[in-house]
Amino acid sequence: MKTPAAQFKVQATALTQDLRHRQLIQTALGKYEVVRDRTKAAFQDWPAARQAAAEIKWEAVNHLDAHLVQLVRNLEARGTKVHWASTAQQARDIILGIIREKKARSIVKSKAMTSEEIHLNEALEEAGFEVVESDLGEFIVQLRKEPPYHIVFPAMHLSRGDISELFTRELGSAPTQNPEELTMIARRVLRQKYITADVGFTGANFAIAETGMISITENEGNARLTAALPKVMITLLGIEKILPRLEDLALFLPMLATIGTGQPLTCYNSMYGGPRQPREPDGPEEFHVVLLDNRRTELLADPEQRDALHCIRCGGCLNVCPIFKNVGGHTYHTTYSGPIGSVITPHLRGLQDWKHLSFASSLCGACTETCPVKINLHHHLLHNRRNASKQKPSFFERTAFTVFSGIINRPRLYQCAKILGRFFQRFHGLVKGTRLDPAYAWTQSRELPPIAPQTFKEYWRSRNAGPGSPS
Amino acid sequence: MIVTLFIPCFVDLMFPQVGISMVQILERLGHRVECPEEIACCGQPAYNSGYWDEARPVAAKVIERLKDSEVVVIASGSCGAMIHVFYPELFAGTPLADAAKELAGKCFEFSDFLVTKLGQTNLGARFPAKVTFHDGCHGLRELRTYQQPRRLLAEVKGLELVEMKEKVCCGFGGTFAAKFPMISTAMGDVRCTMAKDTGAEYIVSNDSSCLMHIQGLLDRQGSRMKTIHLAEILART
Amino acid sequence: MSEKENVLGRIREALRMKAPPPGSDHVGVGEPHHASIPPAQMRRWLPEVGSTFDHQLVAFRKSAAELKVDFHLLDSPTELAGLLLGLRDAEAWSKIGVHAGELTDFAAAKLGLPVCRTESGYEVADLENCSAGITECDALVAQTGSVLLTARSGGGRALSVLPPHHVVLAKREQLVADLPEAFALIKTKYAANYPSFISFITGPSRTGDIERILVLGAHGPKKLTICCL
Repeated sequence: MKTPAAQFKVQATALTQDLRHRQLIQTALGKYEVVRDRTKAAFQDWPAARQAAAEIKWEAVNHLDAHLVQLVRNLEARGTKVHWASTAQQARDIILGIIREKKARSIVKSKAMTSEEIHLNEALEEAGFEVVESDLGEFIVQLRKEPPYHIVFPAMHLSRGDISELFTRELGSAPTQNPEELTMIARRVLRQKYITADVGFTGANFAIAETGMISITENEGNARLTAALPKVMITLLGIEKILPRLEDLALFLPMLATIGTGQPLTCYNSMYGGPRQPREPDGPEEFHVVLLDNRRTELLADPEQRDALHCIRCGGCLNVCPIFKNVGGHTYHTTYSGPIGSVITPHLRGLQDWKHLSFASSLCGACTETCPVKINLHHHLLHNRRNASKQKPSFFERTAFTVFSGIINRPRLYQCAKILGRFFQRFHGLVKGTRLDPAYAWTQSRELPPIAPQTFKEYWRSRNAGPGSPS
Repeated sequence: MIVTLFIPCFVDLMFPQVGISMVQILERLGHRVECPEEIACCGQPAYNSGYWDEARPVAAKVIERLKDSEVVVIASGSCGAMIHVFYPELFAGTPLADAAKELAGKCFEFSDFLVTKLGQTNLGARFPAKVTFHDGCHGLRELRTYQQPRRLLAEVKGLELVEMKEKVCCGFGGTFAAKFPMISTAMGDVRCTMAKDTGAEYIVSNDSSCLMHIQGLLDRQGSRMKTIHLAEILART
Repeated sequence: MSEKENVLGRIREALRMKAPPPGSDHVGVGEPHHASIPPAQMRRWLPEVGSTFDHQLVAFRKSAAELKVDFHLLDSPTELAGLLLGLRDAEAWSKIGVHAGELTDFAAAKLGLPVCRTESGYEVADLENCSAGITECDALVAQTGSVLLTARSGGGRALSVLPPHHVVLAKREQLVADLPEAFALIKTKYAANYPSFISFITGPSRTGDIERILVLGAHGPKKLTICCL
């Protein structure tokens, strides 16, 4: 049984050599970049908007208890049933409990990364319930029995040919290369599911404390249908999704869309404040909101990295990450991939098992630059590295750095090391690029420059010593 | 003024011409240059690997040696970022906290020093060639150097600058290059392809560590493209 | 102790340590400003929209065109009737979904088609068979080309999303500048008793899930028509 770190290395090696995969992802993200930049440029002052969004989220998370209390009070005032889940198991039990109590048979789901996080689908299917993902991307990966590839674009890694083959195999539809026809196939199949489902399950992008509402951002309309037709609606969300006031959405909805998909606004942004109210013609008779902790409070307890809880799950950091673009979303083997996933997974699932994601980064900082709420993502990767090394130092590394530290800023020892280096360099050619090469990690794919015939320090010394002096 | 030039170990050992070029340029501008013998590392390798306790003595020596300097110029964007951005965090809550902040305040990356501090853009340089510029990530995002190298290159006689289609990491990332060589190489390949697509003869950068990685890949591929540091171009008359 | 108390307890314990203010590495540099951001301030950062009706109309039309929304500015109820009859015939509508309302009642009467009325409850299968869902709205948002409606102003949750064509009947005084203004309107109109469903509809339904290629009509309506009197 491979460790997560070993599994990551194996898969990363394979994916980085898969040029078809690289091309597909670069093409998809290239299109996204064009629209994102255009939409962002329409903002009169994106940096100011970003700072304000960061401050609102700071306020929300740093007074989380007060906001949650207010949210729950306002939700319950209009008939919503609120449940609290400390762990993934508790959340699954709560949701299963509701479904069993209602004697439901089929569940239609709209996209919820928290449901991936708690492995809800497996639990529901094991308990004998039919679960259908209604978001097209999620529907596709559900048929393929694989997890979503990207938190916003679950099927980004598939070509239309892949999807056509999948539909033919699983749904018996005629093959087609036309994206519109493929979408219509899914639309037809899912139509009946909405109408006949007993339970509609959703996630949420935000929760408004002031007015007791959850807010869902989408393009397809599947969440709206999931929240409109079934008699019971269940919404699962992480406790950190809070925003203090309704009007905060005037900033967050366009910013989420701009960075998430490159749109000024997504097609549907809907706020749900309860089950069907008196004199409303439709809507669920019961509305349940499940608030999920699942170790978010541990991240909250780390003031240095607490801002990682400001995340609005836009996927922007994934889209700009050169590591993500080269290894792909599945390689991470986490619910949340990309930079945000690398930052938070050690907190949510264990530092030693998941520290490798924090090391698998060149720290280029593109993620921090793009984050609409100014999370200090790449610096948190450094913080995770420090925490991991302090908790469980590697004897080899610590020794190596101690030795290095002892030599590097001591001129005489530095000179000795240089002389040794020049000596061994002569033999390097014999082993270069082979497993015997101590620099194999570098030379397996790159040439290594030699130590110069005259180093800078040697030049400087000879210059200062004047003409006729030894270097 | 007296400019303290901090030459990190890989520039000293493998790219001395970069340091020599910087000395020539600064002296031509009428400044006295001093290069401290005793220090060769800012402490970034240990810091980046999470060994902050092991990084501190290395960094402390740098702070100590440079405390009397009027101004410090660093021959590498990533070392510059280490001192400018990360030293304050590394030494927060320690007796060297103030000294670290003070050093961070007087420390400059080379192109930033010339353009922002000295107000110089035309150095009388001549380099007739088509080049493209690769921004090292630390310089670009931690130190915010973007305009400065370009303003300097704009004044170089005979030089034609073509930009690559986007700013993206070359994949070096310090110890990352050795810990995750396959990802590092893939990222480098993507960058080299972008550079080749510009039709430039040279890839220029203000960070030798990026150039070491890119040149290493180009050499392995047998490409005719060459890398060169910004300072080397500016020193050519 | 309830799970609620467990979670809140852990939160309170965690928050005893202070976090650095946003966008900063440095702990303890003052707390950021807490309060609702005035719309005037937010407006300076969001995309620009003019202050006059004409400017806002231009902005709305531009967004509508990009979103593939059919937008019509009409001068009279007669024009509206003409447009609706034209749609009925061109698309061969057999049945329409509507809710009670000044404009929707007018539309239903003119169209002379079998109707599924939602206000007093309805059969889903009935609504599913409708060629179009016709609703009123609370506002049109110039900045984004959006329609704002609720369970009360839009005939429920499903009427505007289940049938394949959504037709919105609006009045020009319903045009507002931007999202801050729209949210202020929601609060003014509904604060005493919010509807359980509030939605901003920005174009016909779409997806980019297949190779990030835009396809209209994923699950919601494939067509969105806005008639503004």
